[in-house]
Amino acid sequence: MVKKIFDKAFIFIILALLYAPIVMIIVFSFSNTSNFTFPHGFTLDAYRSILNSSQTPALLSALKNTLIIASVSSVAATILGSVSAIGIFNLRKRMRKVVENVNQLPIINSEIVMAVSLMLFFVTFKFPQGYVRLIIGHISFCTPYVVLSVMPRLIQMDPNIYEAALDLGASPAKALVKVILPIIYPGIISGFVMAFTLSMDDFIITQINKGATTGIDTLSTYIYSSQHNARGLNPFWFAVFSIIIVFIITLLLIINLRQYIKKYSKEIKNEKSY
Amino acid sequence: MAESFMVKLKNKIKNFRITRSVFAYPYILFMLLFVVIPLALILVNAFLVDGKLSFGNFIALLRDGASLSTLLLSFLVGIITTLLCLVIGYPVAYILSKRAWGGIIVLLFILPMWVNFLIRTLATRAIFEALNIDLGLGTVIFGMVYNFLPFMILPLHTTLTNIDKSYLEAAQDLGADAVTVFIKTTLPLSLPGIISGVTMVFIPTISTFAISQLLGGTYLFGDSIYNKFNNGLYGVGSVMSLIMLLLVIVSNIFISKYNKGEASKNLW
Repeated sequence: MVKKIFDKAFIFIILALLYAPIVMIIVFSFSNTSNFTFPHGFTLDAYRSILNSSQTPALLSALKNTLIIASVSSVAATILGSVSAIGIFNLRKRMRKVVENVNQLPIINSEIVMAVSLMLFFVTFKFPQGYVRLIIGHISFCTPYVVLSVMPRLIQMDPNIYEAALDLGASPAKALVKVILPIIYPGIISGFVMAFTLSMDDFIITQINKGATTGIDTLSTYIYSSQHNARGLNPFWFAVFSIIIVFIITLLLIINLRQYIKKYSKEIKNEKSY
Repeated sequence: MAESFMVKLKNKIKNFRITRSVFAYPYILFMLLFVVIPLALILVNAFLVDGKLSFGNFIALLRDGASLSTLLLSFLVGIITTLLCLVIGYPVAYILSKRAWGGIIVLLFILPMWVNFLIRTLATRAIFEALNIDLGLGTVIFGMVYNFLPFMILPLHTTLTNIDKSYLEAAQDLGADAVTVFIKTTLPLSLPGIISGVTMVFIPTISTFAISQLLGGTYLFGDSIYNKFNNGLYGVGSVMSLIMLLLVIVSNIFISKYNKGEASKNLW
């Protein structure tokens, strides 16, 4: 009994520590100070400052860049990754192993090495600075995750279904669209969500490949460039961070809870059928 | 002559079926261009000085005291961070693997990871500053543990929940007390998870960029690779990236030797 309480307390303390910084930022975004106190009581001034701060235009353009880069590269990565997952699945064994290992490279490799290798490549072959470099870079680290999320669907698929479609007179193209695509669809969607979040979240590859002169900033590089020499955090940033945190956590909670409820209701159904 | 060629071509087109492996080719080309060749460029650049093949960059790195001490410091911070994560993460994973509600709680441990690490790092820095805690090596290590603890808990939790309970029961039946059961069965069986967790914390810790700068004004290996490239020292920077790359490859060979990649795959 005592052990059980101790266990729960331990988990709770670690979780509390993990969430403390995030929660404190949100709580004290309503105090409009930088020192984690409530001298003026509850106020929305920090949020109001977003509306008329001199930093707001730059922040909004960073948000716009982040969304542009994330949308373009995640759509491209999803198409490239899904199509190639089908291809990789049908490669001969030896070749498949090689391709799968190379696919693993961007995932296991440390981001800084990926980033500088891409930069070296872009500089050597004189790629135009700006969006082109960033989008190619983002596609190259997002696609492997799409492949990995589509692949299990293909492995689980009964190969006879595809054969049956062909036997019943479907052309290979039709069988692909009518049979394979619906089966791997959930994998494609989760791959897309992952690619989008990874691209939005990326800092290192963007920071190193954005080029100093283009002036392109994403949210993360803008946060870095305006904060890395500063001391203390403006109330402005408390409010901005709070909005981002609440947005991301709600989004993830919705996605995860939906999956959990689906799984759970399925289990209940299965139990009832017995 | 020309006619037979045309016939051959026609037959070829007629017999051509979209074998579905064709779909992999664009991606293979893409990866060759934007993953393999860039990494090869690092290898080439490491051995190039003024367009000539030489070990000059390696010698330059060995003579560069600042870079070497950064490397040493990175290893030190990496080892301490990894140990702390293991000491905190193992009990967490162990307790959660024993409970029915463990799965959801693990989710709660991963959730903050999706908030950009810069935001979390700046939040911890603001708190340290408000508490008048001096930024230094201690705060850097705190920030690293805070950032990478989930990477330790996740693979450990996966391996621990997958351990066949009958091994533990067998050990109990044979008269082992709780401590002996843990040391003689649970711990060895969770070794693959430990190895995955250790790698997944150690590698990002030494190669991460910006966390140590923001939390302590100290540069770790990742930062100094960035600085070398930023200052146009591509050769030495490439050598340092090569060291990092070797570390990654060696540790991954190690991981795949100890488990079939299951613990690490489940991370995503």
